[in-house]
Amino acid sequence: MSGATDPRLLRKAPPRPLRLSWADERFRNIVWQVLVVGGVVGIIYWLWSNTTYNLEVRRIATGWDFLWREAGLPIGESLIEYDPSMSYFRALQVGVLNTLKVALIGIVLATILGTLLGIARLSKNWMLNKFAAAYVEIVRDLPLLLQLLFWYALLQGLPGPRQALNPIDGVFLSNRGLKLPFFVWESAHSWALLTAVAGVVATVLYRRWARAAQARDGQARAVWPAALAFIIGAPIAVWAAMGAPFTPDVPALRGFNFRGGIDVSPEFFALLLGLTLYTAGFIAEIVRAGIQAVNQGQWEAAEALGLPRGRVMSLIVLPQAMRVIIPPMTSQFLNITKNSSLAVAIGYQDIVSIANTTLNQTGQAIEGIAIIMLVYLTISLSISLFMNWYNKRIALVER
Amino acid sequence: MMPMRRSLATLVGVATTLFAAALPAQAQAPAAAPAAAPAASTLDAIRARGTLVCGVSTGLAGFALPDSQGNWRGFDVDYCRALAIAIFNDPTKVRFVPTTAQVRFTALQSGEVDILSRNTTWTLSRDTSLGFDFAGINFFDGQGFMVKRSLNVQNARQLDGATVCVQPGTTTEQNLADWARGARVNIRPVVIERLEDNVAAYNAGRCDAYTTDVSGLAAIRATQQNPNDHVILPDVISKEPLGPLYRHGDQRFGDLVRWLHFGLIGAEEFGITAANAQQMLASDPRPEVQRILGRTGELGRMLGVDNAWMLNVIRGVGNYGEIFERNLTPIGLQRGRNALWTTPGGLQYAPPFR
Repeated sequence: MSGATDPRLLRKAPPRPLRLSWADERFRNIVWQVLVVGGVVGIIYWLWSNTTYNLEVRRIATGWDFLWREAGLPIGESLIEYDPSMSYFRALQVGVLNTLKVALIGIVLATILGTLLGIARLSKNWMLNKFAAAYVEIVRDLPLLLQLLFWYALLQGLPGPRQALNPIDGVFLSNRGLKLPFFVWESAHSWALLTAVAGVVATVLYRRWARAAQARDGQARAVWPAALAFIIGAPIAVWAAMGAPFTPDVPALRGFNFRGGIDVSPEFFALLLGLTLYTAGFIAEIVRAGIQAVNQGQWEAAEALGLPRGRVMSLIVLPQAMRVIIPPMTSQFLNITKNSSLAVAIGYQDIVSIANTTLNQTGQAIEGIAIIMLVYLTISLSISLFMNWYNKRIALVER
Repeated sequence: MMPMRRSLATLVGVATTLFAAALPAQAQAPAAAPAAAPAASTLDAIRARGTLVCGVSTGLAGFALPDSQGNWRGFDVDYCRALAIAIFNDPTKVRFVPTTAQVRFTALQSGEVDILSRNTTWTLSRDTSLGFDFAGINFFDGQGFMVKRSLNVQNARQLDGATVCVQPGTTTEQNLADWARGARVNIRPVVIERLEDNVAAYNAGRCDAYTTDVSGLAAIRATQQNPNDHVILPDVISKEPLGPLYRHGDQRFGDLVRWLHFGLIGAEEFGITAANAQQMLASDPRPEVQRILGRTGELGRMLGVDNAWMLNVIRGVGNYGEIFERNLTPIGLQRGRNALWTTPGGLQYAPPFR
């Protein structure tokens, strides 16, 4: 049946000359396309010229020079060094990093919690099952802003720094946030961290080699000793070689606040908590739907092989469920990122908060909004690209 | 199938053609209209609309706060009412738009409000690159700190290491950073946009101190459950001249707002009050009083409003002193620098009415 197609049928019809006539469909198509593109370009041009004209008439400053001016605005928490004498550009960088920080940690935590809840919803354990169902319904049905304000108000209800809760030595919990002991960070620690990252890469490469070798000679090689050596051993060796510096930095109450150690601010914590718990509710449903989409026969076949339930889940069902789970999961990751802009309401200084203040101080609203749009667009597109790549990778290869 | 597709294509085509045809006309008309708008006249726009749209704060006792009936009350609110009286001879023809510190400038720039009467500090950059003009200074203020009495803080320098609640997008925020740098005091800011949420954070103990203009501190303190639990520190770290502002370029509207403010000051200087204005119009022999009240001269008409504008305004809201006493004295603010220039230490002064 196949392969016997008449070769004449495969040949394309010779191109017909384009007639400048309304009766020619190709001509009509070209005319419409030109008109639509022209219309869109016209609207953009009109918006642009109208805006620049009005800004000029009103003597409102335009341009990007303000980025290099001294910001003068105080920022509560920052991942990079910042003080108010630095530029608006630096302040905006701090904002972007704060947004990324809460979004990335939120995505990881919400994924873990959501997956556990999604599996719990399918559990045969009545308590677990009903708890997960109730959680999902409550969390999904309340507006996120309300939940954020709730968590923030709750954290403010903690005692003040002078009456801080002190569950473990050096750990303080108060309405100023969570203070944890740390150590003074030196270059040796940075190098050790770098070695650990390199160790992860080396482990992955070793694992790939071990698999290939096993395929050749059939001999299984354990990966964990190599992982231990690369990821834990090597960094410790580097740290020790550089003199093993370690100076503990324990928070202590001095004056109004705790000094030393590292801290998690109530604003960050409330935002992270709100975003994680809210999004986990949606992720739980996605995971549940994904697992239920896997044919019951897969379970039965796996059980017939004698695999225990947990291993059936991790080896047979979840990998197949992933195909259904990943695309809607991407949307949830984007939601976390975009919802983090609600930070303004509870005083976490993310990019929206800082860009808003910037546009307010400089009066350059259009530039400020453009920056916010650019930042979210970049983050969202990066997440989408990564997830699409991952989706392709795990997609079931059908023959 | 084919006829269906063709008719759909034709429909889309016709729509696009119409739209494209309409476009050139549209492109010209709006480009020309706004050209005239800012320069032409906020006053004409207000008259055509029938109401003045006034940007006020979201709720600051003494300056702008809705009462139990939902009517806006306060110092800044009375300035808007006075302007509505000057334009329409009707204090109700004004719509109040509550604006946060962060959205206020965009609201004025975009024309969402006609005027901002919203304890806003006059600074050089706001006067120039933001595209505004200030009509005058109706309240001389300065930035201070409020702390809980139980903290036992005597002055601002003792705030080293403290967490301070501050509203974003204000001169307050920048002054705090400037002052901390200059005084080598280490301050940790907590910035929350809405005033109410910000004050709630201070009350919950999230911050050791709250900073804003001293008048704002007095207003917040007055609305606390127990005002005596809070102290306003003696240090004043900045100059905050507050006043109404309008869009740059509309000098006619600006003149009206500026002279409305001077009129209120002048009225106090000459002793014209809400109660006696009508009587003074009939019997006061001083020519300047007669000119302010519009019995003689053309002062109102020169500004493009009714000649009896000041008479109506004073009968409606009183003079500057009466507005101050009605709104700001109850929250514990003294006249201080806001007394008339005739009093020692007073800075409020009006040029001559002629």
